[in-house]
Amino acid sequence: MAKLMYRDAIRNTIFQEMQRDSRVVVLGEDVVGGMGTAGGPEAIGGIWSTSTGFYDAFGPDRVIDTPISESAIMGAAGGLALAGKRPVAEIMFADFIGVCMDQLWNQIAKFRYMFGGKSICPAVIRMPCGAGYNAAAQHSQMISQFVTNMPGIKVVMPATPADACGLLRQAIRDDDPVVFLEHKFLYAMSGEVPDDPDFTIPFGHARLARAGQDATIVASGMMVGYAETAADDLARDGIGCDVIDLRTTSPLDEEAILDSVEVTGRAVIVDEAPPRCSLATDISALIAQKAFASLKAPVEMVTPPHTPVPFARELESAYLPSPAKIAAAVRKTLEYR
Amino acid sequence: MQLNREALTRAYRQMKLIREFEERLHEEIQTGEIAGFTHLYCGQEAVAVGVCEHLTERDKIVSTHRGHGHCLAKGCDVEGMMKEIWGSQEGLCNGKGGSMHIADIDKGMLGANGIVGAGAPIAVGAALSNKIDGPDENGKLAVAIAFSGDGACNQGTTFEAMNLAVVTKAPAIFVFENNHYSEHTGVDYAVGTRQDIASRAEAFGMKVWRADGTDFFSVYDTFRDVLEYVRVPGNGPAAVEFDTERFFGHFEGDPQRYRGDGELDRLRAERDCLKIFRKSVTGAALLDHADLDIVDADALKAIEDAVTASRAAARPAPENVLDNVYISY
Repeated sequence: MAKLMYRDAIRNTIFQEMQRDSRVVVLGEDVVGGMGTAGGPEAIGGIWSTSTGFYDAFGPDRVIDTPISESAIMGAAGGLALAGKRPVAEIMFADFIGVCMDQLWNQIAKFRYMFGGKSICPAVIRMPCGAGYNAAAQHSQMISQFVTNMPGIKVVMPATPADACGLLRQAIRDDDPVVFLEHKFLYAMSGEVPDDPDFTIPFGHARLARAGQDATIVASGMMVGYAETAADDLARDGIGCDVIDLRTTSPLDEEAILDSVEVTGRAVIVDEAPPRCSLATDISALIAQKAFASLKAPVEMVTPPHTPVPFARELESAYLPSPAKIAAAVRKTLEYR
Repeated sequence: MQLNREALTRAYRQMKLIREFEERLHEEIQTGEIAGFTHLYCGQEAVAVGVCEHLTERDKIVSTHRGHGHCLAKGCDVEGMMKEIWGSQEGLCNGKGGSMHIADIDKGMLGANGIVGAGAPIAVGAALSNKIDGPDENGKLAVAIAFSGDGACNQGTTFEAMNLAVVTKAPAIFVFENNHYSEHTGVDYAVGTRQDIASRAEAFGMKVWRADGTDFFSVYDTFRDVLEYVRVPGNGPAAVEFDTERFFGHFEGDPQRYRGDGELDRLRAERDCLKIFRKSVTGAALLDHADLDIVDADALKAIEDAVTASRAAARPAPENVLDNVYISY
């Protein structure tokens, strides 16, 4: 075990996989940084510090610093994958998915199925996402709802440094395309990360972050930490919560959610995406369909409002779910009737 | 012309096979037996064959919605393709793709594509892969080709792909087939540089070529130069524009009211790459009419056999809808 920041867990995992497998290549905007400048290559080393040192270690063929061209990055990742490589592409902000949606949704996601299983497409698309930095409407969004809806894409939302490591290694070794949603606000989070260079976490298996008998809180990404804080606060009042960290939203670990709700009878779904047609609504529907008889109260959803992400500190705080909002939702389910 | 009899016959066979494949589909689609959208390549055969006759299996191509010609020229199985268009479980993509999504990765054919302009970035990715793999024992790189029409030359994806290829020195070749129509709109209207697509590629910083796409020898000889250039490590990408003609509509069923009086008859009479090839090789006494007639008969039979096999081929079962997925809910 080593204590690492989330961003370093990501960087080290890609680095190790590039050392292990020459088919692993990295591409994206400023993943080298400084190309064509007085400062020279590695003047920046990736704006998230998730590719520092890669260029010097692996050279320009495998560490491809691209122009600001998201469609070309996404498409090239698809072409690299079809040609037998294992690209790890970075879309600098997940919000830029709008620029390259076709290459993800109509191309990468569909190759395997559309070509009758005659190809694999082992592309990892890293997308730093989420709010918390007052980066406003076009640099703060959660996009899990779009990608979870796309057949053919696996969607990962790591909530801890250890999970970032184990899930990313799984993503790079996986034969299907993976959208890896790194929460920007978690980059500086520290935690123990296993040293094992083959440490992987299988997709579709949720993590029980807290255990309790009274209510089930389902969360992903940055929302997991908020849910844990809420659960710890509620525990002081004698209220026990299961906190389920989904880890991957596709495939979804339905069993973990349903098993918990069957015991607690109360469910609160926390989601950083807008409230309609989201993970929150989807999981609420799942519980209504498959755990209806266990429910002691209506399912509660804690989500942002149906607005763009606002800029001002007060407004962004009001926009985001919070531990207090999650705890209030849990209490509401307990007070029902 | 440096081709021997065997190579000439092979090139003609490939072009004729595409022609008969498309002419037969044009007939079969009208009976309603084939489902979905189909875009025929008739008239452009010299481009696909003149390009692909130079390629090896290490070279990759990415095609368009008008992809049958590229697929056949790159070596996709005729029967497997026909069965795919018929929607059979025995098709190249098990009936999952159809006309617009035929792919054969082992042959270096990375997919036709239903989205205009979507292929170019994918081809650059394949070219970057070739660059990583490095040159062969003769010091030559494998290439990746993006076939694009005059319609795709207006898509931002094509611009992004060209720039990325230039800055990364990827061994990519952008083959622009200017058939003068973006769907139902003329190139004079839709392409700001009018009859000149190559100059756009040139503006992105790559070397370009232009040739008559209805003359197999013009395509073949020009592309040899393009390929020789791009195979050299460090040279980066290149583009070539072929002036060509489309004999059918944008899609099958297109009423083609945009065509001028007698235009299609004139194109078939004066701009038919197969007629031009025949005239050229018989005139130069490289092949005689009897040789070519044998190829014609063989091509017709191959298509007839493929259609017969497609009619008899296994249909997908409803449960096959869930093949090749990692999860279903």
